Amino acid sequence: MLRYLFGRLLIMIPTLFVISVLVFAIIELPPGDYFESYVQELRMLGEPTDLQEIETLKARYHFDAPAPVRYWHWVTGMLHGDFGYSFEYRMPVNEVVGDRLWLTVMMSVVTIMFTWLLAFPIGLYSATHQYSWGDYGLTFLGLIGIAVPHFMLAIILMYFANVWFGISIGHIMDVEYLDQPMGWDKLRSILSHIWIPVLIIGTAGTAGMARRLRANLLDELGKQYVVTARAKGLSPSRVVLKYPLRMALNFFIADIGSILPAIISGAEVTAIILSLETTGPMLIRALQSQDMYLAGSFLMFLAALTVVGVLVSDIALSLLDPRIRLKGRRG
Amino acid sequence: MSTPNPLPPPGAELTHYVSPAPFDPMAEPAGATTGLENASQLRLMWIKFKRHRVALISGVFLLLFYASLLITEFLAPYRLDTRNLDFIYAPPQRVRLFHDGSFVGPFVYGQTMHLDMTELRRIYTDDPTNVQRLRFFCRGESYMFWNLVPADLHLFCPAEGGRVNLLGTDRLGRDVFSRILHGARISLTIGLLGTLVSFTLGIVIGGIAGYRGGWFDHGMQRMIEVIQSIPSIPLWMTLAAIIPLSWSPILVYLGITVILGMLDWTGQARAVRSKLFALREEDYVLAAELMGAKSSRIISRHLIPGVMSHLIASASLSVPGMILGETALTFLGLGLRPPVTSWGILLTETRGVNIVALYPWLLWPMAPVILVILAFNFLGDGLRDAADPYR
Repeated sequence: MLRYLFGRLLIMIPTLFVISVLVFAIIELPPGDYFESYVQELRMLGEPTDLQEIETLKARYHFDAPAPVRYWHWVTGMLHGDFGYSFEYRMPVNEVVGDRLWLTVMMSVVTIMFTWLLAFPIGLYSATHQYSWGDYGLTFLGLIGIAVPHFMLAIILMYFANVWFGISIGHIMDVEYLDQPMGWDKLRSILSHIWIPVLIIGTAGTAGMARRLRANLLDELGKQYVVTARAKGLSPSRVVLKYPLRMALNFFIADIGSILPAIISGAEVTAIILSLETTGPMLIRALQSQDMYLAGSFLMFLAALTVVGVLVSDIALSLLDPRIRLKGRRG
Repeated sequence: MSTPNPLPPPGAELTHYVSPAPFDPMAEPAGATTGLENASQLRLMWIKFKRHRVALISGVFLLLFYASLLITEFLAPYRLDTRNLDFIYAPPQRVRLFHDGSFVGPFVYGQTMHLDMTELRRIYTDDPTNVQRLRFFCRGESYMFWNLVPADLHLFCPAEGGRVNLLGTDRLGRDVFSRILHGARISLTIGLLGTLVSFTLGIVIGGIAGYRGGWFDHGMQRMIEVIQSIPSIPLWMTLAAIIPLSWSPILVYLGITVILGMLDWTGQARAVRSKLFALREEDYVLAAELMGAKSSRIISRHLIPGVMSHLIASASLSVPGMILGETALTFLGLGLRPPVTSWGILLTETRGVNIVALYPWLLWPMAPVILVILAFNFLGDGLRDAADPYR
């Protein structure tokens, strides 16, 4: 087990390295930099420009150095927990970002839980009642969930939440808690707000997962051991719950790797529309103003979140399934 | 298969039997009447696909929709940018057939507008005395067909001096129905072109990796893992933010298409690669190699056709993602920009809860988005089942 874990961790390093190169290349691609557009903006407004400050900042962040050097500074900084400097906020990225990262993590985790809780019974029902009206109905609902763009769902839910429950959604907690330390009241406030984004983000993922679970379970149900179990007189529910479902559980955990990027993507769009205090709105702002360290760190963080999520799912999978854990030894 | 049994009853002596039919060594074996033995893979796929009713209907629907892009100007009663300043935020008009209990043919009632000064909004009411019969195959608003030929023929137009807004008008008094039709041109082709880009990349990269194996394959596998582990929308956003503001709308359109395609090829490449791994062990590949065919020829002539049916199926499943991607990017302000009009642009105008509350008909562009995406999903499922020889 330790050996598997070690090998798995080792693979992460080159992956993260390549991701960081890619992210750096992407944030370097646009012509010009933040300062150019900033100075231009100030000139247009006719305000005096403090070139001295800009020069200092430029020198400090090696703006005139060639790209590989800048990349080196960026990556080594990140390894030390220094994510660079947000030029727009005039603060280190760490401070600008603050709680947002953790709220993003929290929202992703809650969404995955929600996806599981919903997809599991739906997939189970659809597989055991294949081609029934219930199966068709659920499949159709799921497809609708995939087909409606996230942002439209957000807007429509916003409207109906307002009309039916009289609550104004948007924001991830009541505004007065924003800068407060974590506490019970704050947690309660978050919980009362978080369900709408979770519902919006989770819909498409739930539909996809339920469909894949159905397909997987159907494959298992056609196998001979199921026929044997039936022939030996096990009750239908016991047959399904005892064996094929366990096989399908594996897939449930392995599927994190494919739904996590989708969940994070959806979370970004939804967050922008609902103006949640997560990474989404800030990322888009940073992209628009070419605040490259902020944007780059966000992108890097989101990618790392996915990589770690997949790692966690791999570890959980190897705990559950000895075939994966022991594969390395025989080969 | 009803050939008489040539064997005598059990117990009787076996006689020497010679078929009386003349022998022809070139003749087809008996029972070969279905004609399926020599059917190409695509034909077999088509036969199977036809049985999948929903997929077939979806395919026809999509075909019609795409065909309608060719004659958008003719189908839409108004031009993309025609404004009717007297009717801003007018609700949809219902098409009716009977007026005062007698049949008139398709018509709409004219609407009268008055300002509600307490709520500060325009209120439109149907005016049942104002019957406006629709005209068909009529001369209406002039337009440039395909931006080339001036014309003014429409499928239907409003009565002389009247107007017809089947799905209402927007904040500038533009006809929502016409704009949806015009937007389809951009939205539907973006999905197709983006898929073409990802398809090509997937076939070339996956093909080389699958056939060659070795370091190229390893490198590609890692690359795909990396790309797939970056959440797509933030990555799209970042790439779309790179497109300079000074680009012309058509360049932006192409740029967005390429971005959507560039990040979607990974799935295709993986599929091609794993299929080629199996196919390249076949004898006919060895035969081709022995005859001295170059690897590019082997891949393109002998291997890719074997996986084509799968590729088409998976490509049709990747179109909806692109259409949704375009709407999301545009909605966030990073995608297309007016005057180019796509469904994403139309939906951008519904930003804000008050639109849903006051002018719900502006949400109509959602209907074609959902329909097209559903249709592509059904079509893809059907194609995938049809392409699978083991079902």
